[in-house]
Amino acid sequence: MKQFTYIVQSPHGLHARPAGLLAKQAKTYTDTVITLTKGNKTVKASQLLRVLNLEIQCGDTITVTAEGAEEDTAWNDMQAFFLLNL
Amino acid sequence: MILLQGNGVSKGAVCGPLQFYPRQAAAAPDAGADLAAEQARLTWAQEQTAEQLEGLAAACRANGEEEAALLLEAQALLATDEDVASAILAALEESHCSAAYAVQQAGRRLAARFASMSDPYLRARAADLEDVTRRLLDNLTGGPPPVFLREPVILAADDLAPSELLRLERGKLLGLATCGGSGYGHTAILARSMGIPFVCGLGRALTPDCEGQTACLDGETGRILIDPDARTVQAFEFKRNAPPEASSQQEPQNLGSLKVYCNISTPDEAAAVLACGGQGVGLFRSEGLFLSADRCPTEEEQFSAYRAVAEAMGGRPAVIRTLDLGGDKRMGSLPSERGQNPALGLRGIRLSLERPELLRTQLRALYRASAYGKIAILFPMIASMWELEECQRRCRSVMAELTAEGLPFDPEVRLGVMLETPASILLAEELARRADFCSVGTNDLTQYLLACDRQNGDLARYFDPKHPALLRALELAADAAHRAGVPIGVCGELGADPTMLPFFLKLGMDALSVPPQAVGPLLAALRGGSKATECESFL
Repeated sequence: MKQFTYIVQSPHGLHARPAGLLAKQAKTYTDTVITLTKGNKTVKASQLLRVLNLEIQCGDTITVTAEGAEEDTAWNDMQAFFLLNL
Repeated sequence: MILLQGNGVSKGAVCGPLQFYPRQAAAAPDAGADLAAEQARLTWAQEQTAEQLEGLAAACRANGEEEAALLLEAQALLATDEDVASAILAALEESHCSAAYAVQQAGRRLAARFASMSDPYLRARAADLEDVTRRLLDNLTGGPPPVFLREPVILAADDLAPSELLRLERGKLLGLATCGGSGYGHTAILARSMGIPFVCGLGRALTPDCEGQTACLDGETGRILIDPDARTVQAFEFKRNAPPEASSQQEPQNLGSLKVYCNISTPDEAAAVLACGGQGVGLFRSEGLFLSADRCPTEEEQFSAYRAVAEAMGGRPAVIRTLDLGGDKRMGSLPSERGQNPALGLRGIRLSLERPELLRTQLRALYRASAYGKIAILFPMIASMWELEECQRRCRSVMAELTAEGLPFDPEVRLGVMLETPASILLAEELARRADFCSVGTNDLTQYLLACDRQNGDLARYFDPKHPALLRALELAADAAHRAGVPIGVCGELGADPTMLPFFLKLGMDALSVPPQAVGPLLAALRGGSKATECESFL
């Protein structure tokens, strides 16, 4: 399992479009699960509705976890994604 | 003409008939055939919906509309989202209803969760969920009849979902107006990416009674005028034809030193000044306060009115003219002598000087309000040096009173003189040296120069607002003010005529003060490159 912590920079937080992109990206790993944790809540990145329900806003600290066979690739991809989009 | 103010969320100005978007009725809570069959229908509808949204996204991407594509893809994901699906299935199992009813119930519940969020951006996602559930419903029920636009129209709706917008015939869609909605919504994002002017948040004032009526919509100021007069339509056409890069300039930039201010008569109009792009109030006709009441307004009443105008302008100037009654402007609460020749009678500054209490009350209110903004005082109908000097003396005595009472005021309030009598034009340089600024009132100046009553319809052909004598007088006044080193402006109707711009620029006028609705066309003409050189033919 690999994880990193990220503070959201985007003024609109994790809103629908990047959340959609994130869910799409997360679905591409067949045997690796990506999860997002904010506070005491953890959701799968592929579940768009739950991700939106986390209400991730600018300045929030979130923890991203990748677990499974492709976790190294996924961990790298996710870091790049967060830096680019959030 | 009805004016509605909403939020302008996609820029552009358009005029056209209003067409209301028909809303289909909600699905009935009819019992479903059987659970397995309804579940199968639901799965099919979800796949259909996702496929349609992916298709639309691809089409948008091919069109270069990346923003729209991304949000349609997010919607496609919502359509097949496990949590959305399980919420619908739960509703289905719970109430043994049709799949359509279950979608409606679950959709409402899920959207409510978003609508209660604190972040306005996330709150707007409720609209996405509603849109997805509407699309699911359409697939289950065979969909609503497609909406046809009769002709190029401004579409009005309670609210419009992104998918509904995308289904409309784009060539016939001039603009959008909705009761609800927000600038964060995807419909607004889509409208911006499609270049369709959009005003949302109009509330209940936008009623279907307006169906078919002509409306002018300005997506920049958020205003809609229903059943506008010809002049307004003309102003809108002007704005629409302005080059897009010019209309996107918020602050006038390359206008040289010419300022465009507004003429107003009530404090309520101050909002319109800023909405139309005016740089301040160039003439607040204080008689508006007197004419609407059947008695003279008290110091407190005047103070709150002037203060409201000053505050609304922020740091911009608010030029307030002292009472200019008499002649054609009369009120019940002040005895007015009709005389043989009211235009030459006790009016303008003469009335104020003859009734010291009237002027003192007004000056006290003005100076007290000056603590709240950039107030300047303008004296009307000045013909002699002593009149201006007398006004200045009264100002000093009011300042001494306020100081003694410990009330705050701005000791630097600028005092201006109206140039509207022939005498004031001939004495312009001396008056200008005494005053802080000058303003030419072309309406009265024309009538006095030409000895021609502007109220008398029979004299229309003699009352020439561009008479060479008037233009010569303007030139004299401008030169005199500049020699004296004070700014000069024009606040009569002539100032609002865009064809006069080159002339005013040539004279080096520092300001024009015009009705709010005339600001847009003037600014457009200024940006359109009116040059001082184009006016040789005037003189």
